[in-house]
Amino acid sequence: MSALLSVTDAHVAYGKVEAVRSVSLEVGTNEIVTIVGANGAGKTTLLSAIMGILPLKGRVTFAGEDLARLDIEDRVAMGLGLVPEHRELFVTMNVEDNLELGAFRIERSRARASIERVYALFPRLKERRKQLAGTLSGGEQQMLAMGRALMGEPKLLMLDEPSLGLAPIIVADIFRIVAELRASGVSVLLVEQNAQAALKIADHAYVMELGEFALSGRAAEVAANERVAASYLGFQHEGTSAL
Amino acid sequence: MNTTILLFLVQDGITNGAIYALLGLALVLVFAVTRVILIPQGEFVTYGALTYASLASGQMPGTAKLALAMGIVAFAFDLVAARKALHGRLIARSFLTNIVLPGIVLAVTLYFAGQKPPVAVSMALSLVIVALIGLSLYRIVFQPLAHTSVLVLLIASVGVHLALQGLGLLFFGAEGQRGPAVLSTAFTAGSLRFTGQSITVYGITIAFIVGLWLFFGLTLYGKALRATAVNRLGARLAGIRTTLSGQIAFLLASVIGALSGILIVPITTLYYDSGFLIGLKGFVAAIIGGLVSYPLTAAAALVVGLVEAFSSFYASNYKEVIVFMLLIPVLLLRSFAAPAVEEEKD
Repeated sequence: MSALLSVTDAHVAYGKVEAVRSVSLEVGTNEIVTIVGANGAGKTTLLSAIMGILPLKGRVTFAGEDLARLDIEDRVAMGLGLVPEHRELFVTMNVEDNLELGAFRIERSRARASIERVYALFPRLKERRKQLAGTLSGGEQQMLAMGRALMGEPKLLMLDEPSLGLAPIIVADIFRIVAELRASGVSVLLVEQNAQAALKIADHAYVMELGEFALSGRAAEVAANERVAASYLGFQHEGTSAL
Repeated sequence: MNTTILLFLVQDGITNGAIYALLGLALVLVFAVTRVILIPQGEFVTYGALTYASLASGQMPGTAKLALAMGIVAFAFDLVAARKALHGRLIARSFLTNIVLPGIVLAVTLYFAGQKPPVAVSMALSLVIVALIGLSLYRIVFQPLAHTSVLVLLIASVGVHLALQGLGLLFFGAEGQRGPAVLSTAFTAGSLRFTGQSITVYGITIAFIVGLWLFFGLTLYGKALRATAVNRLGARLAGIRTTLSGQIAFLLASVIGALSGILIVPITTLYYDSGFLIGLKGFVAAIIGGLVSYPLTAAAALVVGLVEAFSSFYASNYKEVIVFMLLIPVLLLRSFAAPAVEEEKD
């Protein structure tokens, strides 16, 4: 079976600075793949480039099609979704309008059904449906951003730091929902600094350091790796030293 | 000053203010969606007005040919852009909107040109012609520049204004024109005389504002336009094409401009270059609204209209000076109240 998303030898540069170097990764169907790594490792840059926000050198295919010539909007229409780190909500519009616009490319009757599914996933959003997005709390905004992306019926949802700056109880909620997404047939590419939580729910993991993948493998194996445990999971095995 | 004069000036001010409100709203819309400060808004006004007046007096307006010429260029742009991946359907659609439609409009205009068509026909043709020009203008000039800075867009905007003004001189000559009133009835209430035309101005302005409000509040495309204005990246991630939003914004702006022109050309004589000054007054209102607020812009437009009416009574030589001086206290106040706005980076 071929992968849903496949990135081969990708380079992404800001001017002369290469933020991502020679990176290859794959996400299969019904799979949660996580990229963990320190701040500034190039994780966000990589996601932005896969989405088409930044130019990428290398080859990216999604559902068997080469994405090179496709705009962001075309990639969305193909079923690739991104919830960016800054969420990029329509802050002066209410929750319901934000969700409705997430289904801009979807048939109206199907959009009405998806909005109910999103409300079932995030009951809080239903309570706040008439409230302006800008007045929501951080956690609710994250839920809205995920809900809006889900309205586009993605096959693969890319989440950039969904837990950043949120209270632990909400973080747990969001990770639970990510796991539910896989069950409903949506693959997830998850970028996280909270490596512990991410590795717990992921099937496959990549560790990113200074723009390159230092390590990859099944999530459980990566979590068990001593170097990873020391530098990202916050505990020190005996006899190992931090990088 | 007696009450008759006072009421007359207020009426005059509100009539002009209503037009400035329409233009101001269009400017805010285009800026919010595309970051273009639409200087050629005034040319949409003159093109609409003079196309209407020419048709009504039995002449062939050159704007109909311009619409086709620009359509051909726009189609060529689409072809070049699509050269790597030829989508039959997209090209057929571009051919229809850019060449077939302006072609039909040109044919209809030629058919009616010699025979003084009814007011409704002249009006509809003028609106369609200017709308087509507005759409092609976005495709040819502003869509390729969409990723550049506000300053580059402004410079392009000034260039377009000069070019369209020159073409206006070519099409309509240096003589001023007047058009027939949409409604020729009139009635008096007390000491005030309401002409059918001023009633039309109020009616259409109010209808248009209500229509825009419904469009932005209730329809998916209206919301998509607002979304693009609020957060361009967010809109793209939702699958809303920036190009589509830009097209809708320019379409609305050109129709609003042309409509304003058609509404005022029965009241005042318009020349090929009159639009600039009229557009600038809409711009004053838009600036007072901070280029973002629609209600503030509409209210400011009424103030601009009233100030203009009264200053043309008391100090007619200085009326433009007084109107544009309104900007100074507003800009001062805004610069104190608001933090420095940084150029959007994208």
